[in-house]
Amino acid sequence: MRVSTQTVTAPGAISGNRGRADRYGDRALLGITALASLLVVAVIAFIIYQLIDGAEMSMSTFGIAFVGHDIWNPVLNNQNGVFGAAAFLYGTAVTSAMALLIGGPIGIAIGLFLSLLAPRRVGAVIGPLVELIAAIPSVVLGLWGVLVLAPAMRTTIQPAIHDVFGWIPLFGSPSLTGLGLFTAGTILTIMVIPIIASISRELFLSVPKELQEGALALGATRWEMVRGVVLASTRPGLAATLILGLSRALGEAIAVLQVDGGGSSSSISANIFGSGDTLAARIANAFQSPTSTLESSSLFYLAVILLVLGLGTNLAAQLIVRRTTLGNQGAH
Amino acid sequence: MAIALEGANPLGPSGNLPRRKRVDRAMRASATGAALLAVAVLIIVIASIVGKGASALSLDFFTKAPPLDGAGGGILPEIVGTGLIVGLATAFALPIGILIALFLNEFASPRVAYPIRLALDLLNGLPSIVIAVFVYGLLVIGSGQKGVDGSIALAIIMVPLIARSTQEVLRLVPQSQRDASLALGMSRWRTTLGIVLPACLSGIITGAVLAIARAAGETAPLLLTTSFFNPNQGTTANLFGQAIPNIPMEIFTQLDQASPADHARAWGSALVLVALILLVSVTARVLLARSRRKMQR
Repeated sequence: MRVSTQTVTAPGAISGNRGRADRYGDRALLGITALASLLVVAVIAFIIYQLIDGAEMSMSTFGIAFVGHDIWNPVLNNQNGVFGAAAFLYGTAVTSAMALLIGGPIGIAIGLFLSLLAPRRVGAVIGPLVELIAAIPSVVLGLWGVLVLAPAMRTTIQPAIHDVFGWIPLFGSPSLTGLGLFTAGTILTIMVIPIIASISRELFLSVPKELQEGALALGATRWEMVRGVVLASTRPGLAATLILGLSRALGEAIAVLQVDGGGSSSSISANIFGSGDTLAARIANAFQSPTSTLESSSLFYLAVILLVLGLGTNLAAQLIVRRTTLGNQGAH
Repeated sequence: MAIALEGANPLGPSGNLPRRKRVDRAMRASATGAALLAVAVLIIVIASIVGKGASALSLDFFTKAPPLDGAGGGILPEIVGTGLIVGLATAFALPIGILIALFLNEFASPRVAYPIRLALDLLNGLPSIVIAVFVYGLLVIGSGQKGVDGSIALAIIMVPLIARSTQEVLRLVPQSQRDASLALGMSRWRTTLGIVLPACLSGIITGAVLAIARAAGETAPLLLTTSFFNPNQGTTANLFGQAIPNIPMEIFTQLDQASPADHARAWGSALVLVALILLVSVTARVLLARSRRKMQR
């Protein structure tokens, strides 16, 4: 009966051949999928190794003080060059803070609008439109920033802000080109809004309807319900959302490089209308044509700092989410 | 968000109903305003791209190479180059992404899956310039730029996206289908490849298309891996021998030129790129929503 079990594969009568093939098949598929998954972990480890390896020369020359001084000059110190990250850290901090301070509340407000306030049909139109903002490539947003936004910044927006808030050192004399950290921060704001909006919307949709209706039944207005129930119960998730937005802003290179007005020199100035440079933008700008191996290594050092910031922010967001979901499971 | 508008207890009685209603209306209006603001920004950006890019478009723009000097010419080599680079990146990333999703969803225990999910999220969150520097240090130093280097950098960006979207559709395949197949004596691997994967193929493809739309606009990885090319090399398919022209780099470099003709070509290229990306991602989203509905039924 051996022949018939091989041609007619009746259940329970599987031949030894087929059984062996299936055992190998199972193992092969498990092995190959596990290998692909390990590849991801390996790539991350390899990225960390590769960047630190490239930065080694700069790390041994400048040490941790690299982070603290703001000179980036290839000809100082007998043409050996002196390099430091402080100016780029400042530029990164200013532009990302601006993106988060403006884009955060706007993004969360859009998330609230889409999840709780908008009629379903309105939300079904506006939600995807907001997400389309995230689909615009950064190089195109940068192009728009240089040719459309920057002229408006120079002639209208920055003078107006300077006239009102000029007594604050941050808002000094407007940029002559319209390019600078403020313009870069504006572009980053546009980039983080759709991210924060779409994550916070999902977050708000996960708030149990009974809690919301309970608050409304107790006589709360809609906003009081949002504040007391929705925002209060999603606070950790919102923190994680903002951190993810921050991580996006920290790492954007191309659009910032196009609009930040930073040239070869770098300096720290309180006036955010002035030109500047961020970590990511400086790497993108100078990587092609470093003047020395030390500058090249220092650019790797900048990338290491960016890597640490990127991994740190994302880990923090993951930990917050994990801790709160575990906490919720424990509470039930 | 002005969270401290009222007293410490938002749900407590305050007795001042008109004021509470005013606050409520103001907050709802500002949430609506925020949404309208975002839409307005989108419209302004798209309108400038279309307004300034449309005049650059012509038949020549799609069929000719950039001129060596002055105006005229087109971006054919760039369009072909972007297609090739992103195509090769997809060929790398799609199988790996699907395999990872299969492992996480079909095989791995939660304890094993957690670190891999975390690694995927971390990779997804890495700035693309960091990935660019990594690929530069790994492949470009020593042997020079090649189109394939750009593809590898883009593939690293695409893998977490594809793995995540594939996991989401895998979760929609009813467990009963797997159980039925296993109960009929099908082995695990035949069930996975023959029942589970085909059931969510359309979802996987739309997820991959969204990842492609994202990768097509990435510039930072290409800047370091495939940005130096001979201006007269014209259209080439030699991904493994040299840097390949591409649309994002075309926009980036033309913007640095001073002449209005170059800016016009940058706008034209931007319009082509954005139209491509929006078309692809909108179609994919519509298809995705439809296939989700079908599977949840």
